[in-house]
Amino acid sequence: MQSSRDGVPLTRRQFVAAGAMGGAALAVGCAGTKQGNWDFLNDPQARTLAAICDQIIPADDFPSASQAGVLTYIDRQLARHYRRHRNAYRDGLEQADAMSRKRFGQDLAALTVPQQLEMVSSIEKENSGFFNLVRSHTLEGYYGAPRHGGNRDAVSWKMLGMAEPPVRGRAQYDQRKSPAS
Amino acid sequence: MKRVNAVVVGAGAAGGIVAKELSTAGLSVVLLERGKWYTANDCRKDDLRNQRTTLLGNAFGPEDEGNPRVVFDPKSGPRTFLPSEGGYQNNAACVGGGTLSYGAMAWRFMPQDFRMRSIYGAPQGSSLEDWPITYDDLEPFYDKAEYEIGISGDYSGSPFFGPRKRPLPMPPLAPNREFQILEPAAKRLGLNPFHIPMARNSVPYNGRGPCMRCRWCVGFACEADAKNGSQNTVIPTALATGNCELRTECMAKEILTDDRGRARGVAYYDADGHLQQQDSDIVIVSACAIESARLMLNSKSRLFPNGLGNQHDQVGRHLQGHHYTGAVGFFDFDTYDDVGPGASIAVADYNHGNPGLCGGGMLANEFIRLPIQMIERMPVNTPRWGLKHKQAMRNFYKRNIAVMGPTQPIPSADARVTLDPDVRDKWGMPVARISGNVHPHTFEIGVLQAQRSEAWLKEAGAVSTLLNAGKPTIVSSGQHQAGTCRMGNDPQGSVVNKACQVHDVDNIFVIDGSVHVTNGGFNPALTIMAIAYMASEELVRNWKGTGFKS
Repeated sequence: MQSSRDGVPLTRRQFVAAGAMGGAALAVGCAGTKQGNWDFLNDPQARTLAAICDQIIPADDFPSASQAGVLTYIDRQLARHYRRHRNAYRDGLEQADAMSRKRFGQDLAALTVPQQLEMVSSIEKENSGFFNLVRSHTLEGYYGAPRHGGNRDAVSWKMLGMAEPPVRGRAQYDQRKSPAS
Repeated sequence: MKRVNAVVVGAGAAGGIVAKELSTAGLSVVLLERGKWYTANDCRKDDLRNQRTTLLGNAFGPEDEGNPRVVFDPKSGPRTFLPSEGGYQNNAACVGGGTLSYGAMAWRFMPQDFRMRSIYGAPQGSSLEDWPITYDDLEPFYDKAEYEIGISGDYSGSPFFGPRKRPLPMPPLAPNREFQILEPAAKRLGLNPFHIPMARNSVPYNGRGPCMRCRWCVGFACEADAKNGSQNTVIPTALATGNCELRTECMAKEILTDDRGRARGVAYYDADGHLQQQDSDIVIVSACAIESARLMLNSKSRLFPNGLGNQHDQVGRHLQGHHYTGAVGFFDFDTYDDVGPGASIAVADYNHGNPGLCGGGMLANEFIRLPIQMIERMPVNTPRWGLKHKQAMRNFYKRNIAVMGPTQPIPSADARVTLDPDVRDKWGMPVARISGNVHPHTFEIGVLQAQRSEAWLKEAGAVSTLLNAGKPTIVSSGQHQAGTCRMGNDPQGSVVNKACQVHDVDNIFVIDGSVHVTNGGFNPALTIMAIAYMASEELVRNWKGTGFKS
């Protein structure tokens, strides 16, 4: 299911990481193949975005950006606080696929990992405004509070060795809850 | 609405103190605050939405909707900013103002900081001036602020501060690991390190418990209520007198004047957006430097066509904040101990006496960094993204210390707040437009301070460092904003006298950071508080003598 989602064979390390993530990683896979799971993105956009995000934060022995829910974070914010960036995403993702088709004859998500890395480096040079936006949002989603949909199970905080629960002496704040506002 | 003695606009560091001092002296007070009153239940630990990291909005106001500002950066021209964008130069909009969520460093300025022009002379093109008051004038009120608000810390390691009547009311928090690493290094360099004074309970004080040392401090409200601001000290005292009414979500529109040119009250929009009028004998503007200037400029009338206090075009000028520079050191051992608030140790050896330079600033270690604050702060040559960035996060998150400090800004009359000719807020009022910069000498000092930070970190064992000493093209005011309604004896070169009374309207006062002539090489909150106590005492004295009733 993981490999059929976007046609990219997982490396051994990615596979191990995905396995370690268990249900969480699978949930990401499902989110990419079902209609209506996104607040703003459509599925092709989500696949392209996932390919970019996973070059910004690839998997090692900890999950990649998309495996940690960064797409959920970005999608949710594009429907909320980052509404002003919707056009930038729409156009930027379209351009990314157009560049990819021109160079490799396929959409970004269908390329091999080395090809994706090459493409994302090109996007950084040729469409730096869009790239910087995605880069910032990817890092926010991955390293920010789980309540906003990214950093699933506080996985990046665990990676950095931060003690849980994060508030000493009080455990009343469920970090996985989505924000009330 | 029933007429009152005083309307105070803004329930922040200064406004809360003024409301308390006036109401305990028997004056009837209405305290207007544009934001809300947050409680411990609003202390959400959200690292993307607080008052320091505002990627997903400001936790404590203003809201992004309907509160724009325009900033004129010569690099990019005029641009409209949302309150949660860095360029907006926000402080806060809530009961407590910045003191609800600040890091709570509570510094006294040094005696020299009040006499900058006499000591150094004004660099060409600057508007450097002396204050009309001295450190000695303010000392009793620093003392009062330290004891009423509640300050912990210990200055005794530093010989550079002015005389004080008694020590701080609370001892410092126990040293964290960064303190233990940096202290011996500073001593080896011949410096005089000491415990940062903080508006934070280290022991039970004022009926509230001590800091629980969590990592969620600067930018957040304190869920243990151990961080001391006006919202949990003077404002409750003011309300308990029965003489003070706090009205939240009320946005001042203008100060109303009569046909003799004296204030008669304040027009404001209430929480439902309805225009209201509160008549009063006196008006106190405590809205923070940018918004105080804006309110004065927006208060136009036949007698004051350029706004209040502005007949010599001084309102809004000399805007300043702090130019922060420093360095991050990367270590080959863990420096992180997860013990908040993190900032703990400072040196004040570099505030004055720098050969050929005008002033200086203190240096201190930074508050605990949450991961999101680390992503742009990597060793030199770390790629901005990809596996190497991820690995650098893992390698250095717990192995870095940041030392930085606020360079005392050399003010310029060109750094200023005006009214934007086009952009309006949600109530239809012209918004603040920020333009200009502090004097470039400020940045020379900043570079030296960054190098000194680097030297301190290297002495402490840093294997590499990242220098942070930019040269911004626009004034950096933000949470330390000051200077826009300058205090002075000369009505042509200032807006208020040393009692914070507007020169040409005797029953209007500006009491907040706006009156700072210079902003010291320190966080300005305690000085704002001390000025508020001093001006309030004078105001009450005058009230009992001649009075202001018309």
